[in-house]
Amino acid sequence: MIAQAGNKGDSVRSDCHVQLELKDSGGIQLSIKSKVAKLFGRHIHKLCNDVLQHFGIKHAILKIEDKGALPFVMAARIEAAIHQLIITDNSYLLPVHDGNDSLTDSDIVRRSRLYLPGNNPKLMINAGIYGSDGVILDLEDSVAPDKKDEARLLVRNALRSINFYGTERMVRINQLPLGFEDLQMIIGHGVNLILIPKCETAEDIKSVDSKIAELLAHSNTEIHLMPIIESALGVQNAYEIAAAADKVVALAIGLEDYTADLGAQRTYEAKESFYARTAVVNAARAAGKQAIDSVFSDIENMDALQANVKESKSLGFVGMGCIHPRQIGFINDGFSPDDSEILKAKKIVEAFHIAIENGSGVVALGSKMIDPPVVKRAQKLIKLAISTGKLSKEWRAENV
Amino acid sequence: MKVNAAGRTIPTYINGEEVIGYKGVGKYIPQANKMAPKIPSYSQFPLDGNKEVADLEMALLNSGLKDGMTISTHHHFRNGDLVANMVFDIAKKHGVKNLRWFPSASFPCHAHLLPYLEDGTISHIEGSMNGPLGKFCSEGKMSKTAVLRSHGGRYQAVQDGDVEIDIAIIAASCADDFGNANALNGEANSGLLGFALADSQYADKVIVVTDTLVPFPCVPWQIQGNYVDYVVKVDKVGIPEKIISGTTKITKSPDRLLIAEMTAKFCEETGIIQDGFSFQAGAGGTSLSIGIYFGEIMRRKGIKARFARGGSNQYLVNLLEEGLVEYILDGQTFDLEGVRSMRENPNHVWTSPFTSYNYHSKGNFASKVDVVILGATEVDVNFNANVVTHSDGYLMHGIGGWQNCLFSKTVILPLPLFRDRIPVIVDEVTTLCGPGELIDVIVTERGIAINPLRQDLIEKAKDSALPIMTIEELKEEAERICGKPDQPKLGDKIIAAIKWVDGTVIDVVREVAQ
Repeated sequence: MIAQAGNKGDSVRSDCHVQLELKDSGGIQLSIKSKVAKLFGRHIHKLCNDVLQHFGIKHAILKIEDKGALPFVMAARIEAAIHQLIITDNSYLLPVHDGNDSLTDSDIVRRSRLYLPGNNPKLMINAGIYGSDGVILDLEDSVAPDKKDEARLLVRNALRSINFYGTERMVRINQLPLGFEDLQMIIGHGVNLILIPKCETAEDIKSVDSKIAELLAHSNTEIHLMPIIESALGVQNAYEIAAAADKVVALAIGLEDYTADLGAQRTYEAKESFYARTAVVNAARAAGKQAIDSVFSDIENMDALQANVKESKSLGFVGMGCIHPRQIGFINDGFSPDDSEILKAKKIVEAFHIAIENGSGVVALGSKMIDPPVVKRAQKLIKLAISTGKLSKEWRAENV
Repeated sequence: MKVNAAGRTIPTYINGEEVIGYKGVGKYIPQANKMAPKIPSYSQFPLDGNKEVADLEMALLNSGLKDGMTISTHHHFRNGDLVANMVFDIAKKHGVKNLRWFPSASFPCHAHLLPYLEDGTISHIEGSMNGPLGKFCSEGKMSKTAVLRSHGGRYQAVQDGDVEIDIAIIAASCADDFGNANALNGEANSGLLGFALADSQYADKVIVVTDTLVPFPCVPWQIQGNYVDYVVKVDKVGIPEKIISGTTKITKSPDRLLIAEMTAKFCEETGIIQDGFSFQAGAGGTSLSIGIYFGEIMRRKGIKARFARGGSNQYLVNLLEEGLVEYILDGQTFDLEGVRSMRENPNHVWTSPFTSYNYHSKGNFASKVDVVILGATEVDVNFNANVVTHSDGYLMHGIGGWQNCLFSKTVILPLPLFRDRIPVIVDEVTTLCGPGELIDVIVTERGIAINPLRQDLIEKAKDSALPIMTIEELKEEAERICGKPDQPKLGDKIIAAIKWVDGTVIDVVREVAQ
């Protein structure tokens, strides 16, 4: 049997296609056609031999058509071909990039998260440079059913090797039970957050939570969960889903599947999903989690995107998905506090500090009394303004 | 062999002529007179001023086409040019050998000439090569050594007599029978004929070829008929849709957009963009976006640019018509909007390599430009840059006006840090085309490096939010991602010489080992 993995064709870049045939004798025969052969031919030979040797393969014909794949990509492609031919628990792991074992806090800013198809390395390599708060390596809808295994290997290697420049590293797994196989492959390789698609019950979350705990064994690594509500039943059970595990940090809504489930058309005005969106925001807040909105799928229409973001924020969402890097700036801006909000919050927080310094229990702005929840909201907004770079950490000192 | 002032080993002779090595920026000042063409007399030409002959074949034979001549053509029709191929078809038919082809640039459509390079009709090319011609030359198959010059360097070489043109063939979209010609009118209009100016002035014989012959006078006369020996009408000089794309596309690549935006921000933060400034952005997808970002910044600040240097396109024309740019000084138009504007708008000015770029003249306009945005295949840690070869050694691009533009006040190269797996920032460029002392800023998607010679820019960018890094840091980042590439294996044979703007040899290209 000849195993194949990866992609080929004129439009393919930063990827390679691998053909592997195991033999009984003859040693390793490499045939490498690479557009970077003159500069990296030696590196490519070495990587091929290393991977084969790692899996104890001594006789094989390995053919590679390379379009400038980085080492982590080529290694994933060869390993994917090997998986088709032998059963093994072994993994070929490249070193972890500095910083890719960092953890993220449960309540960090999650305004924007960039979706990346899990089997397309070209789009992953620069994913961290566009300024989104998170990147999502997607194993679900963007990966064809027969490519799931090679995508898992690519995503695992990407999590280890790509410098995402501090953005939160997320993976969207497949709907359960297929999603358990995804977890098996990627947990322990630097993922910060798992998106669980098409959640309908608290049980979905609990089973993912315990699977992750089992895979992590005794490691201190904390992996957050973000369930995605994409059906009428999911909306109905939103609170139980959000509250199902401590590890849940946010509740997201996916409107394409939700409107399909309703039998409604998805429109720009989005009246058809108004109930679901407010229900999800309410459930998330009731459980003390962030509420995250669906993606906006028209990548050309920035005016409509901005209107959508504005409405989303007004409903109580704190972020949304991005399907193209061009959307990130608009989404980040839209979910960041604006100047007048910051100014107002600064006055309130300042008044609060003055009240404390004076030993007074009453916060007042001019002649107006400020209620504690208003102070709390202002403090939250200031924190957001600082973490989105809109306000200096030392604003109080600088203010005087 | 000898070593030039850039530390590059170059041969003593190229194509039998002694080589003057690069001596440093502004160091070589020739003590000689310009080339003087023969004096023609009115009495040798038709008294009615009608110089039309039956066909191109007759014009070439009347011009004395023979072995070993230098034949020049121009790239105003870009990849839609039909005339250069016709010229060498005729040479082949008459068994003429050993011609030196001296184009202002070549395009993939000229792959038609490969058999003539193989059979000796053409001995070698002195001009840019890309695609199949570049591959042919890189693999050492051309019988003599190619010579690459910038647009300004080509004018200099003709003016100084470094290259004596026997027959210049000037293809024009519109002409009259006296030889006045332009590229503003006619079927194959492409804007202007600046690249043929030197040839018209200095070549021994000049042939104008057109498919649109109008009664005298053909105005404006971008080429003056007083320099022209013969006029030929053919069915078609070029394929319009290949000459200019009807629409020039802005890049949708998020990486390039990011680099363009960072470049524009850099220019804003460092005060380069100010009222009355001038810029040159070029025609690539990234450059187009930079022009658009410049427009946004000017609009927001309520300022305008005194002039922009073309290559023009619809986006630059929009800025002109909106009043954000007062003049376009244009070297070539890249789309039909550019041609229309040049035809209609007196502030859209056509220029030539003489006014814009020639180094052996009393100054040129390049030095008047505040900021120029250019490309490169590689840059090294000393800011030296390469535009002609890829890192694997293949000669794939011409110099264009690139070297000449380095004399602008600030030179910025927006580049991806790596292409596929190939780092763009390297220890040493494969081929040296521009010395690092003239290159100021490298903008990549992962950081911006400023040449330490530009302390003023470093100071201005210091407190900005821009990701300023050293060029060594950028190189290390590229190598962390891609790995450190091996040196490609190159043969000993020298396949091309790279001229500096003053006619000295700054570097040579060696054949790619098979």
